[in-house]
Formats: sequence, structure tokens, C-alpha cells
Amino acid sequence: MTSLYEVIPDAPGEGVPTRRVTITVNGEKKTLDIEPRLLLAHLIRQGLQLTGTHVGCDTTGCGACTVLINGRPAKSCTVLAVQADGREVETVEGLASAQQLDPIQEGFKEEHGLQCGFCTPGMMLAAKALLQRNPNPTEDDVRWALSGNICRCTGYQNIVKAVLWAADKMREQ
Amino acid sequence: MALDELKIGGMGASRRRVEDNRFIRGKGRYIDDVVLPGMLHMEILRSPVAHARIKSIDTSAAWEVPGVRLVMTGETLAARNLAWMPTLSYDTQAVMATDKVRFQGQEVAAVIADDPYIAKDACSRIVVEYEQLPPIVNPEQAASPDAPLVRDDKVNQTTNKIFDWEIGDKEATDRAFAEADVVSTIDLHYPRSHPSPLETCGSIADYDRATGKLTVYMTSQAPHIIRAAVAMVAELPEQMIRVISPDLGGGFGNKVPVYPGYVISILASILTEHPVKWVEDRSSNLISTGFGRDIYLQGQLALRKDGKILGMRMHTISDHGAFYADAQPTKFKIGLMHSTFAAYDVPAAHLTSVGWYTNKAPGGVAYRCSFRVTEAMFFQERMIHAAANDLGMDQAEFRRVNLVKDDQFPYRTAFGFLTDSGQYGKCLDIALDAIGYANFKQEQEEARKRGKLLGIGISTMTEPLGAGNSREYDIIGIKMFDSAELRVHMTGKAILRTGAKTQGQGHETTWAQIVAHELGIPAEDIVVEEGDTDTAPFGMGTYASRSTPVAGAAVAMVSRKIRAKARKIAAHLLEVSEEDIEWELGRFYVRGNHERGVTIQDCALAAYSNVPDGLEPGLENNAYYDPPNLTWPFAAYVCKVEVDPETGVWDVLKFVAVDDCGVRINPMIVEGQIMGGLTEAYAMASMQYITFDEEGNCIGSNFMDYLLPTSWETPGFELHEVVTPCPHHPIGAKGIGECATVGGPAAFVNAVMNAIEHTGVRNVDMPLMPNRVYEALQTGLDVSGAPPVKGD
Amino acid sequence: MYPSRFAYDAPSSVGEAIAILDRSNGEAKLLAGGQSLIPMLKLRFASPERIVDINNIPGLDYMRTDPDGTLHIGALVRHEDLEFSEDLAKSHPTLASAAALVADPLVRTRGTFVGSVCHADPQGDWAATMIALDGRIVAQGPNGRREIAMKDFVLGPFTNALAYNEIAVEAIIPPVKGTAKGGYLKLERRIGDFATASVAIALDMNGATVTRAGCALAGVGGKTIDANAEISAALVGKTLDAGTIAAAAEAVAGAADPRTDHRGSAAYKRQVVTVFVTRILTSIAQTEQKAA
Repeated sequence: MTSLYEVIPDAPGEGVPTRRVTITVNGEKKTLDIEPRLLLAHLIRQGLQLTGTHVGCDTTGCGACTVLINGRPAKSCTVLAVQADGREVETVEGLASAQQLDPIQEGFKEEHGLQCGFCTPGMMLAAKALLQRNPNPTEDDVRWALSGNICRCTGYQNIVKAVLWAADKMREQ
Repeated sequence: MALDELKIGGMGASRRRVEDNRFIRGKGRYIDDVVLPGMLHMEILRSPVAHARIKSIDTSAAWEVPGVRLVMTGETLAARNLAWMPTLSYDTQAVMATDKVRFQGQEVAAVIADDPYIAKDACSRIVVEYEQLPPIVNPEQAASPDAPLVRDDKVNQTTNKIFDWEIGDKEATDRAFAEADVVSTIDLHYPRSHPSPLETCGSIADYDRATGKLTVYMTSQAPHIIRAAVAMVAELPEQMIRVISPDLGGGFGNKVPVYPGYVISILASILTEHPVKWVEDRSSNLISTGFGRDIYLQGQLALRKDGKILGMRMHTISDHGAFYADAQPTKFKIGLMHSTFAAYDVPAAHLTSVGWYTNKAPGGVAYRCSFRVTEAMFFQERMIHAAANDLGMDQAEFRRVNLVKDDQFPYRTAFGFLTDSGQYGKCLDIALDAIGYANFKQEQEEARKRGKLLGIGISTMTEPLGAGNSREYDIIGIKMFDSAELRVHMTGKAILRTGAKTQGQGHETTWAQIVAHELGIPAEDIVVEEGDTDTAPFGMGTYASRSTPVAGAAVAMVSRKIRAKARKIAAHLLEVSEEDIEWELGRFYVRGNHERGVTIQDCALAAYSNVPDGLEPGLENNAYYDPPNLTWPFAAYVCKVEVDPETGVWDVLKFVAVDDCGVRINPMIVEGQIMGGLTEAYAMASMQYITFDEEGNCIGSNFMDYLLPTSWETPGFELHEVVTPCPHHPIGAKGIGECATVGGPAAFVNAVMNAIEHTGVRNVDMPLMPNRVYEALQTGLDVSGAPPVKGD
Repeated sequence: MYPSRFAYDAPSSVGEAIAILDRSNGEAKLLAGGQSLIPMLKLRFASPERIVDINNIPGLDYMRTDPDGTLHIGALVRHEDLEFSEDLAKSHPTLASAAALVADPLVRTRGTFVGSVCHADPQGDWAATMIALDGRIVAQGPNGRREIAMKDFVLGPFTNALAYNEIAVEAIIPPVKGTAKGGYLKLERRIGDFATASVAIALDMNGATVTRAGCALAGVGGKTIDANAEISAALVGKTLDAGTIAAAAEAVAGAADPRTDHRGSAAYKRQVVTVFVTRILTSIAQTEQKAA
């Protein structure tokens, strides 16, 4: 990528290794030099400016940061960015295509599955992982699969309805 | 030719939300998403101890970390008279500790650096020497004669008491108790709970030295209050302060107070001449920001043997932490606690209240509480439950005897509130029918024989929303009106701004529905903005469920002003006098000639191209609404549980909610608010609380200890509605945001109490964790939850 | 929220990983699932100089059963691999019962069985199952492989018996001779909570007779409680009936060493252990009767 200018940062201190990694994010290959201690959530949010992935806690307890890594849902705050080297990461920004929304996104809007929207990206990706594994889940299946994602606004009932709506739509397609 | 109101997204339409379009794409703009050029990052160092003198702070190692721009201590702020700031309750609060730390988690230092990792590295290198003092962790300790003084910084503060307050008629109440056949008593502790919205608090302060303008992005439910507070505290002229509240990831009252972090970030921006971002982590949020409750509720009912309540006494002992920083109407030191029993016909009542300083984070009014109404209604329904049992009366029957009847409205409560409307009996009937109450006693007995413990709990309440009328209500002297500004463009589209601030309640969707209702402009043609103090009209913000009652009313009123002007334009266009103009949704027509008319869009265009003589062009207006009274939604919540006698674990078998919040603007959104509120109620009833050990260590400062229910534990809710319009609200709406959090907890608790009442237990304090329920079952004794928590 | 700095390696073979550990003189930590280590790094409860990430080493994600029934669980088998294994539900009911109760569904996609055992958290679910099943850990170091019995593997809270230059490459669950029966019950106030108390039971049954019994407890002591002796004395050579079950429950509860805290009193936690032992054994007895 060419640039009209390049900011030369202060050199990192002695003994601060950076590591070159290649991560595919929403289908695009990104090559980056990063410190090993950088959390994947921060790489996504600050490094790649994909701010749809949110940080809600500091003890791996809320799931707001959920992304898909090689198709499996994971809390990106509890993954070192360097661990995503050679892997495929999908964030909420990758759900919709240029032409249309993912049925899960449609379901969340249709069934009022969000209020403040902060847990929503993580919820939808966890739901996507569920529906890939189980296209015809029961309400219990949905509640179980989303039990790593906290919501403070909705009381979960409409989130479950949203996922079941999406499952119906996806089975039709 | 009149428009179909539901089709244009008017009132009553379950219009799908406008906000969702960006949220489902991950394109929301929350505080941490905002990036300004040259922005620096701030990390706060917090005290690990609850009560200690600061002997020394050594920041030298922090300064040496590459990328650090500024290290601040209390002295940095004190030098600019910013180490202390006024609170919304006329007290003072430390922005950063200077002499002493007064709660675990209090701000002690701050680092501003190029990125948050470096800021954290530098913070870890700051060395603070503390000389620990004995901590006060509950009001009993605070009241002890030899207790150390939490607020030794305050002149004339000789004890840890903050206030004494009372309301009601003591003599009449004493007489009622003298006449009583039965006196029922209850003694509760409502534990400290924290709103914990999924997004924590934060700010980005950007002071532009060239223009003198301070722009602060801030997670605030009340940006105009912040602007006023910053103007007073930072002594910057108000017109040079702009507060922008972006998308908020939940609020629940946690984002009302003025937090030290905001003020420190503002000073940091002034000193570094860069924008400074501070976004707190979850631990900071739980340990230091505005919590709710933490209060003892003690009371008595004077009862006649036929079940009639003759009088009510209540005493509250509240724990406000180290600073009295509650956001609540000034006159009422313990919020609207005196709304307790407002749904019941109680002739005489007396309430006394005392508040204490302790070595804990400041707060008390938050978490969907409607200004302590959560406490008032929890007390009420637990008291009612105990009284019915003491009388040997059925729970529903006891309520029916005492609930205010339909024909008693308007009803003046013993504490002076005027409730104006409701169908309490109908709501209760629907709820009981839905839960299968008629057969329950038999079901319960048979189950008990098989060793299964079933219980049903009822909670009925009306609560005061929409604070409030200027005669009675203000916060730090500012009256609690709210506002709306509407501008209709020449193509008939419109922009609406209000003084409210949505945090998930869907204002961008629902306010447009009110305008659609009043003007017939399709809701999708109306964009709604909130949160920028440079453009939004002044409002007191969104909390205490006040937005639909107050800001929503302002939206209706400004729409009517627009319609009044449009009528003049219509008359001009139709060449008739104004008296001959009739209105139907979206259209003016000539009386007697329905075909001859002009649409509201025609009038909008004419406002810019063809106004009558003497009328100004343009089609815009604003409205500031001073509500004539509070609004009074009502709810009947009934819960059915099963308790496992071997472990104390309890499950919700069914939960029925009947809500009457008057006219519903968007039924889908109303139901969403109710389910969210019931989940908070379930959380507090079952697992979610903050407590302290004897050293003042906060237990509950992270999500491993502060337990939020997941989709797996949270029960499903069956919702029903009754609609009794509010007689004084322009569109008959009452507000709903907090009703379920206010009335819900008692339904869960009463159900579990009912399941185990054969043991003689009167009370188990929330949260009803399995070990507490088990202990109650085993001993038949009440289980108190008040801190401190003892180890073994 | 922000770890302190560390050096990082991502070796592509076990030998390479061991060599790095060997050079690091004990200042390196292994990273597999990271669901225990990374939270500690973020809170700065752990600040190792070096992190050795084994996730790129191929051939460690196997779950393999020998002809004689011995189960081998490789170091990179994730919790959810156990949760979703249909075979495991039949062959190893104790493990299958526990799998779904570990943490939450998101943690389970990355956290590993072996890593969790190595973490040696006294509340750990897998450690309890390993003790009840008399499992072993295969450690590989510069001098080759050795097997460490589970009861010798955990030395104390968060301390295991691996040398600083050894990697746990596999967990071994010995085969049953008859039919494997078992269960795992955990009292958590919500998904992801630490256990107030949990019980792992593993039985080897010959028809209705118990030929081997194992039991371990989590959350009721400073480390995982080994109650193998207690449950064996109560059940081995016997059938499951109300009397033997009650005796087993009482004996196992006696082995617990719970502390009073905000999850409950010591007496309460002991009560939960009693109830859970009873329920697991009763459920086994009932399915036995149904089968008979």
C-alpha cells in the first residue's frame, strides 16, 4: 500500500520484539507488525479500525468481543493477536455482503433483538457459529449456545426469537 | 384519503428501529470508537485500600516510560482548585485523592500516554505509600460513637451522618398503630447493586487552546447537566463548552453522575494540548461508579383484622459511600422513597430516613431505580406479603382489599402524591388468571407432600415517573422540564432534536412516531438527534423513566405548534379562513368539502415559497415542557418457582407481567423495556450484588464476583397489557423503562418465600443465592445479607 | 486489561517447544487455549518473560481410543471437542457430563483439556474428573517422555509436577474392564461461575456390581479433593442401592474440606457434595435398572 507520507514512530524500547503476522480479516489478507502482547480485540479495533467488535469487561466474562476464528466463536480479548497468524477472522463487519444483510442481522432487527446494540455484534457471531453447526436449534439450544454472551438490555427473549427467525429464513434459502 | 397511522409509523406501530441499521452492521459510534487526531490515552491509578492516609506518591518511574506525556496526582489538580468538585446533592467529592483515600478504587493518580498499553505500564510503576485507617463498611459502624470520620475534610462534619429526613404525619400514624388489631413488621437489606451497562463509562476531552472551546465526548445520559457542571467546576464559559454524548452501550443510571475521570481528562487535555481519551475498564466501573441501593428498609403496617391497612411506618438507613453524590430531586434526600404504598389506600403514614457516609464508592441512586422507587416498591411488596401472612389472608385478597379502586381516582396518598389513573384490580386479575392462581394452593400442598417446594409471589405497584413539575422538582436548582425542537424542511421531511438522551430505549424510532401521529409526516421522513449540547435544546436527560412523560410530551407539543402554523398556511393555500379548515392525519381540508385539501408536505413547501402576509417563513419551533404532574404506570407481576430443598437452588417455572403504562407509542419497544427490566429484577433477586469484607475490600468488582445472568439462567416472561391513558399527558403515555426493575424483584422473592414459608421464615435478603435459601430452610430463621461478609 | 511485555515464540514441533523452554530457565509459560493464562496476563497476575505458543504444532489435537479402551487426549483437544463428541457420551460418561459445564461456550472453543489440568485450579472441572478416572499426564522433555499419575500431578493450587522444560502432550484415561458409568454435577450460580461445589464420579461396573469407583471434588478445598478411597470403600464389590449410595455420599462428603465464604458455609458445601453424590449414583442405579 502506498502512502504520501510515513510517520516514523519513536523506536520501541530495548528488547521489545514485534512480530510479523498475516491474518485474513473478513476475507482480506492483512500483514502487520505487532507486539506479541497486543490483544486481538485491540488489533481489530485500533489497528484495523473495525470498531464493531466491542470490549465490555476485563475478566473474559461478557462476550462483547466475540469474533469467529476459523469459524469458531472466541472472545477476542482473550486471544493474542499473534495467535491469529495464518487464521481467518470474521467480525461483524463481515456479516453483510455489499448487496444484503445476513439473515441473522435481519432477524435481530425484525425481532427487536437489540436495544443499546453493544452486545449485538458478539451475539450475532455466536449465533452464526451455532447455526452453522445446528441449522435447526430449539430455544434451549440457542440459550445454551449464547450463554457466553451477556446482554443487559433485552432480557434475551427477543435475542432467542431473532436467532430462531434467522434459522427459519436460512433453512428456506 | 386520511393516512393509515400504522402504515406511516405513527403511534401504536411496532415500527422496526432506525438505530438498528447501524448497530447490526457494527457501525455504532460508542465512545471508544471515537478517534480524534493526536489523541492520547489516560489510565487512572486507583487505591487498593478502603481508608488510608496517603503518605507519599512517587511518580518518577512512570515519567520514564517512553510514550508517557503526563503524570498527574491530586496535587496537580489541587494546584488548579480541581481536587474537589461539587456533587449533584450539594456535597463535595474528591476528583483525585490528596490527603486520604476514602474508598477502595478511589482515584489516586493518572497517566496520559500515546497508547493505553503504555499508560498502563506507567501506572504500574507509580509507588504509593498508604497508612491504613480502620474502614467503615456499613451504617452501623458509621454510627458508632468512636467511628473514624470518613469526611474529615468537611468543616462542621463531626459525625458520619449525612442527613436526617422525614415526611408524613407522625401523630396520625401513631394513632393508627394504637388502634390496630395486628401490627406486621419487616426488616430488609436491599444490597448494593450496580447497573453495569455492557459499555463502561468514558470521555474524550478536547480543549482547543486557539479557540478556547472545550469539546467533551462523554458517556452521559444528561449532557446538558454535564455542560452546566463543567462550566461551574472548570470555570469555562458555558458557550465554549460542547458535550457530545455519542451512542451509549446502556446507561441504567450509571451514566448520569459526573465522574472524576471526566474532570481529570478535561484537565489533562488542557495541560497536554491534545485530546485525551479515558475509557474505564470494567473493574473501575464496578468499584468506583454510581451504584444503586445499599439500604436498610424497616417498616410496619397497622392492620385491622378484616385486612384493612390503617397506617404505615417506614424507616430507611442508607449507605451513600464516601461522598453524597446521588442524582435526585433536591428536596428529597432519599429520592422518591415516599412513593411507597402509593397504589394502596393507606390513610396515615410516616417515613423517617437517615443517610451515612462509609468507606465505599459514592452513589445510591442508579440502576433503573426511578429515584429510589425500586427500594420503595420492594419494601412495599415485601411488607404486604408479610402482612397478608400475619393476618392469615390470601395474598391476592389482601391486595384487593387495599389497592386503590378505579373510582377513587384522583387519589391523594398519605405522603401527598396525586395518582390520577389506573385499573389496578384488572391488572391483578389478568396476572393471576395467567399464572393459574386459582388452583395453586392445592397444587402447592400436593407438591409439598412429594417433597417438592412450589411457590407463587405477587408484586403490584404504581410508581411515579416523569419527574417532574417545577414546583416540587429540581436537580441542583435546575428545573426538570424537557424539550423538543422540530424543523420541517421544504420537501416535507423533518429533523427533531430533544433534550433527552437514549441509551437503547429507541428514541430515534419512537419520537418520530409521535411526530407522525401529530403531523401525518411518515416516521421514516423524520430524523431524530440527541446528545450534542451545541444543537440539542436544553433537557435534563434520560433516567428515571422520564423521557416519554416529559421529552415525549415536548415532542407532541412542538408538533402541535408546527401544525398550528401549518393550518394558517393551509388556509392561505386553500383561500379560506382558518375557521373553515379541518384536519385529518397528514392533511388539511375545507370544512364541507373533503376533497379540497392540502397535505402537510404542501404546507411545508409553502412555508418556504408562499407564506401569507404577516406570517414568517419557515416551519420550525421548539417546546419546553414542564409536566403538570408525575405519571403513574401500574404493574402486576406474578412469579411461580420451584425450590430444590436439598440445595436451595430455585427455578422460575412461569413469570407473568401485566403492565399498564398508558398509551404505548411502540408496543414492541415497550415489551423490550419490560423484559429487560424483569431480567435486572431477576438478576438482583438471584445472584447479582456487591458486598464488602471487613477490610472494606469490594467483593463484586469484576464479573467473576459480580454475577450477571446469562441467557441460560434468565427465565422467559409472559407479557400482558392494560391501557389506562394518562389524563394529563398530551398523548396519554406514562413511561415504562424502569417499571419491571422496580416491581419485579419482590415477585421473585415473594415466590421463594412462599415456597419455604412452612418453615416459618419471614425474610431472606437478596440475592437469594442457593446457600441462603438452604440456610433458611434448615434453620427456619431469617437470613440477612448486610455486609460485612465474614471469612471463616 | 493490558498485559505487560513478553517475548513470544510459536514453535511448529514439540521438540522445538521443549528446546525453547529448556533455554528459558523457567521464565517461560506455555500457551495453549489461553483461557486461563491470558486473563492472568491482562490483570498482570502473571508477567512471564516469554510465552511459548503451541497452537501451531500439528498432530496434538487427537482424541484416540486404543483397542483396549485406553483414551488418549492430545494437548490441543479443546473443551468443545469433548462436549460435541457423541462417542464420548457413551464411552466416558464422566467426561461427557463435565464437558458442557466447563466455563462457557466461547471459552470452550479455545480452552484445552490438558491445559486446564495443567493449570491446576482447585476449582477446575477436568482435574476432578482426572482424579476420579485415575488418569495420567504424559510429559515430554529434553530427556524423553514420562507418565505422571494424576494424583501426583497437582502439587498445590496452580502448581503442577512438570519440570520447567517439560510439556504435557497428552492425557491418558485408563480403560474400564466392564461398563463405564459416571457423572459430573456442579453447582454454579450462573454459567461460567466458579463451582460452589462439584462432584466427579467414575465407576467401572460388571453388571450391577461396582468393580472400581473413583470420586473427586472441586470447589470444596484448597485443591481438588481426592475421594477415591472413600467411594471405593463404600461401593467396590457392592451394588447400588439406597444404603450403599447413602454410605458413599456420607464418606465422600467427609473427605471435603470446604471453606465458608460468600458462596456458602462449609456445612452448606458439604451438603451439596452429599446431594450430588447421591444424585449421580441414583441416576446410574436407575439406568441400570431400566437396562436390566
